[in-house]
Amino acid sequence: MSDNWEMVIGLEVHAQLNTSSKLFSSSPNQFGSEPNENVNFIDSGMPGMLPVMNFACIEMAIKTGFALNFNINKYSVFERKNYFYPDLPQGYQISQFEFPILTEGFINIDNEGNQKKIRIERAHLEQDAGKSIHDIDPKFSFIDLNRVGTPLLEIVSYPDLSSAEEVVSYMSSLRQVLMYIDVCDGNMQEGSLRADVNLSVRKKGGELGTRCEIKNLNSFKFIRQAIEYEFNRQIDVIESGGRIEQNTMLFDTSTGETRAMRSKEFSHDYRYFPDPDLLPVNLTQDQIDKVKTSVGELPQAKLDKFIKDYNVDKDIAKIITVEKQNAILFEKMISETDIKPKFIAAWLVGDIFAFIKENNLEVSSLNEKTKEITDLLKLVSDDVISNKAGKEILPKVLNGQGKPSDIVKELGLEQVSDSGELEKIIDEALIGEEENISKFQGGSDRVLGYFVGKCLKATKGKGNPKLINKILLERLKN
Amino acid sequence: MKSSISHIKDSLRDKKISVEELYDEFLIKAKSSKTNSFNLLLDKENNILSIKESQKRYENGNPLPLDGIPLGIKDLFCTKGIRTTASSKILSNFTPNYESFVTQKLLDDGSIFIGKNNCDEFAMGSSNETSFFGPVKNPWKNKNAPTEDLVPGGSSGGSAAAVAEGTCVASMGTDTGGSIRQPASLCGIVGLKPTFGSCSRWGIVAFASSLDQAGPLTNSVEDAALILNSINKHDFNDTTSSNHVREDYSNGINDKLDQKIKIGIPSDYLKDVSGDILSQIENTKKALIKHNVEFVDVEFKTTEYALSTYYILAPAEASSNLARYDGIRYGVREDGKSLDDIYLNSRTKGFGDEVTRRILIGAYVLSAGYYDAYYRQAQKVRRLIKDDFQRIFKDVDFILTPTTPNEAFKIGDKLDPISMYKNDIYTVPTSLAGLPGISIPSGLSTNGLPLGIQFIGNYFEEKKLLQIAALAEKELNFNER
Repeated sequence: MSDNWEMVIGLEVHAQLNTSSKLFSSSPNQFGSEPNENVNFIDSGMPGMLPVMNFACIEMAIKTGFALNFNINKYSVFERKNYFYPDLPQGYQISQFEFPILTEGFINIDNEGNQKKIRIERAHLEQDAGKSIHDIDPKFSFIDLNRVGTPLLEIVSYPDLSSAEEVVSYMSSLRQVLMYIDVCDGNMQEGSLRADVNLSVRKKGGELGTRCEIKNLNSFKFIRQAIEYEFNRQIDVIESGGRIEQNTMLFDTSTGETRAMRSKEFSHDYRYFPDPDLLPVNLTQDQIDKVKTSVGELPQAKLDKFIKDYNVDKDIAKIITVEKQNAILFEKMISETDIKPKFIAAWLVGDIFAFIKENNLEVSSLNEKTKEITDLLKLVSDDVISNKAGKEILPKVLNGQGKPSDIVKELGLEQVSDSGELEKIIDEALIGEEENISKFQGGSDRVLGYFVGKCLKATKGKGNPKLINKILLERLKN
Repeated sequence: MKSSISHIKDSLRDKKISVEELYDEFLIKAKSSKTNSFNLLLDKENNILSIKESQKRYENGNPLPLDGIPLGIKDLFCTKGIRTTASSKILSNFTPNYESFVTQKLLDDGSIFIGKNNCDEFAMGSSNETSFFGPVKNPWKNKNAPTEDLVPGGSSGGSAAAVAEGTCVASMGTDTGGSIRQPASLCGIVGLKPTFGSCSRWGIVAFASSLDQAGPLTNSVEDAALILNSINKHDFNDTTSSNHVREDYSNGINDKLDQKIKIGIPSDYLKDVSGDILSQIENTKKALIKHNVEFVDVEFKTTEYALSTYYILAPAEASSNLARYDGIRYGVREDGKSLDDIYLNSRTKGFGDEVTRRILIGAYVLSAGYYDAYYRQAQKVRRLIKDDFQRIFKDVDFILTPTTPNEAFKIGDKLDPISMYKNDIYTVPTSLAGLPGISIPSGLSTNGLPLGIQFIGNYFEEKKLLQIAALAEKELNFNER
């Protein structure tokens, strides 16, 4: 049924900027405080209170502008979006409307191995609203104004997305970039990043249909579910002869269904007009340029560098660049040692990440232990200890149980790599093995494994297997 | 000149009277007043600490610029711990926990607040009849109809009446389209609206943010200058507060004009005015011409559009500024079965007719489909009005106009809102342009009622403006008549 249909999706992503104070007031911008703790007279809409712009928010918007290839507009205007709700104390939300700070950007996303360019129409700054809580008491609703005035950057894409997978890929790429440039903590569970999905369906290649907007999705799982459900709902309506009405939808996380919240007919007239309490934002080229230096390396550039310059496998490089702190840890280790980056990368995504996950640690907590880690990896790569021994020691090193070389000594794990010593052992091991030697020389390779095992046993497992192999071959061939 | 600030300070310094006695004197008079010019009077106990500290400073010989001076404050300024209502039912139970920037500056300079002056509800009105606390009566009487109660003008009607009557030395008012100058004119006192951006709007209940400006209503031009010295300060918390260099506005205010002054009189303002009004302008010309002042006719191209422009922009901003009065967090809440009912009932019962009218007009001109035709168009006309003033200021130093088209009228007389709006016809253009204007009393009408003239200056030229006003005040000699 749905085979003939395709979906057309545009996303409005709300990213909470991680400034220390709010967009227009000096109240702290933080999650998890006691209800109504981070609220001052401005936030609570007291008479005569005036907004004062927090320039840090403008700087973060500019930074985002550079990272997402936007035009950064020198002139932008804060307007009032007027509507009544108890968690909106001023009776209006200050937002940008006609003149947003950022226009015409894009981001490249990974679409099943291919790159796809997603165009972004605009991004503008606005205030978040508070929270209404309806489920504490049967008779009363409660209002928490902590979130009132928190700075949001609303990033509005063009309808360039055509599957739930693409939407998730777009959203996670955005999240990755915003976290890299340190403007948003990316915590979707706490609502730091949430999306409104605009979705319509059409026959493949046909005319665009009427869209519905699904509000406030704050996890990749819900985004996927909501899109699938809404896609099928719209097709059902049309195939049974109905028409799609332009509605605002809510996604019910318990049932996985979308339902209409209000129809466009009853939609608000927000009566936007420039906020007379605030002057238009007029940026100088200098102010814009100053921010540019703080953007830093973006995930795509890091990925390319890791693959090309460091020779790291693509899949491993991707895992490392997913989060900025992974990349920071990786690059710190590279800078402190001459071991091949590829070797370090394999250990990082393998045993080191496993240790982090097992112990529920922050990746950044290892930034202070890179010296110990690279010392250990050096022992492995120099064949001082075996790979197996390295894995065994790693947790002890990370738990701070001593320097790698000390632990190696203590546990006696040092490999015998002295060729003279090994030659002696090998010669002893070959005594009385004439039969097997002639088998080998007759073409039976299997015998080599037997000899290696015998020699290793003789070294109590500490002989360097590579070296043993090498010497054995020399001896056997003669 | 009666009870000017400097005379009172002299008396306090010379120990002819104590700060406490002074306060008592004004308070007793205010309490027995029948003008209804205060929504709230502060008993001496409320101010006893400030009174004592002020007295101490006089005794130590280091009084502050406004030390001990009893002031009235329009009930639109938020005053910490003192009920602030904007003369509206919806805020009739509201006591802010913060002090407005301007009133804080007045307190810092030693003045003592005697009470909160009645005004039009949310400063919307030109007669002080829209107040939830009832109309204010003008202390002046029509000599041909002495039993009639007259309006004091508005919206700072309580402030003007109280100063005229002598129940406070001066009062802080606000002016959005003439709310300081028009009542000052109708009550025979001085009213100054400074340049937009001079005095912080922080803590003033907002009516129309792009127009609202605080200013003094006083007995003399010099008093206005002294108060301006205190309140004209840059405020980081008001984005529209200007950071231009402030001057000492009272110093040298009575100095002789050292250069030739050119004053423009807009001929289009005087087309249909009464003989009473015209003679105010003629008398002023006569009085100033001997002081090296030249008068020229000027003509505005935008005057006829000013009122309509104002009555689109001010209500548009008001409709949004007043959205916060929803009965949810503070103010009077009316019950309702649903959230929408609570909003509807609280706001319907909480706001009076004029405020409701302006909210509706404002919501209308901002709504989808009408925005371009009204709001955007009005913004363009506002730009033209500003340009019109700048064109005229290329040739002249000041503009002289009547403050109002008529004398004080009877309470209840102007029931039609449009004819009420027309009372601001001479003050509104200045407000739209953001320019400073001062009204001083110039003479009496044939009914024996005060009339005022308005001097308009260019941006931030309050110093010069106050000088020319002081000269005219001296020559017209209104208070000695």
